[in-house]
Amino acid sequence: MHLIAQARRSRIYAGWVSGASRTAEPGADDSQQWLDALRSSGAERDAALVRLHELLLRGARFETRRRRAGMGDVSNAELEDLAVQAADDAMVAILAKLDAFRGESRFTTWAYKFVLLEAGVKLRRRAWQGREVMLDAEAWPAFAASGPSAQQAVEDAELLEAIREAIATALTPHQREVFTALALNGVPIDVLSDRLGTNRGALYKTLHDARRKLRASLAMAGLSVADNQEMNA
Amino acid sequence: MTPHDQHELIGRLLGPTEPEVSCERCFELLDQYVDLEAAGADADARLPGMRPHLEGCPACREDHDSLLALVTSTP
Repeated sequence: MHLIAQARRSRIYAGWVSGASRTAEPGADDSQQWLDALRSSGAERDAALVRLHELLLRGARFETRRRRAGMGDVSNAELEDLAVQAADDAMVAILAKLDAFRGESRFTTWAYKFVLLEAGVKLRRRAWQGREVMLDAEAWPAFAASGPSAQQAVEDAELLEAIREAIATALTPHQREVFTALALNGVPIDVLSDRLGTNRGALYKTLHDARRKLRASLAMAGLSVADNQEMNA
Repeated sequence: MTPHDQHELIGRLLGPTEPEVSCERCFELLDQYVDLEAAGADADARLPGMRPHLEGCPACREDHDSLLALVTSTP
């Protein structure tokens, strides 16, 4: 099946082909060549695998450079090792999911998202290695009820107090722990999922449900906040 | 904590107000969303629910920002 030909008929492809700021010629996209080469055999496939790994390593190194400043005293050699691991893991994931590529983006963009996910998760976990993950609200800040825009500051301080009350009364213990760690204490979701033995999607669902409960609780208390719903896939 | 900080904190605690996709759906659509953005197309109109999720989920937002930076810096 010619996935790219299918994509060219789609409105999505027409949209990015007509875009002005990026390579716009249909012939400039080499997604079908990538697919053909990766589905071939022998020397052609071997060469494609080498090219794919080079592409992924480029993506992983891009990410380690972007996050270098936040990685403290982690050595360059260790960052390079993490980049290679991310490229290797992404390569496995991509080859297993090749049939899931539908040509709705460039193949290279599709491939890059896997390696950036792998690199991001590894770097976040490394940055938090040995750090305590706070699950309670000890870090709840002191609020200012005065300032340049005093009325807004007072309203925000009242709303924050109501949120603190709702966290204590409206959430289940599990929701409270997840909400506090992620939304209040700023623990990266991949780090928390590691510690709790779960995954990003499940934790975000818990956070989402907790936020909905808090909004409902605030609305019941007469504080106006909009609701947020999760869309069905 | 300054008034500005507490206003930001409220946004972080309560999250986005519009309907949003899940983390799994966000990952499925991320490459398409980023290519649309990079092409100057209206990605939010094409793929509703992505922008609110990226506002509410720091990890997915980081993945998005990295992918957009990478594809727009690569020929």
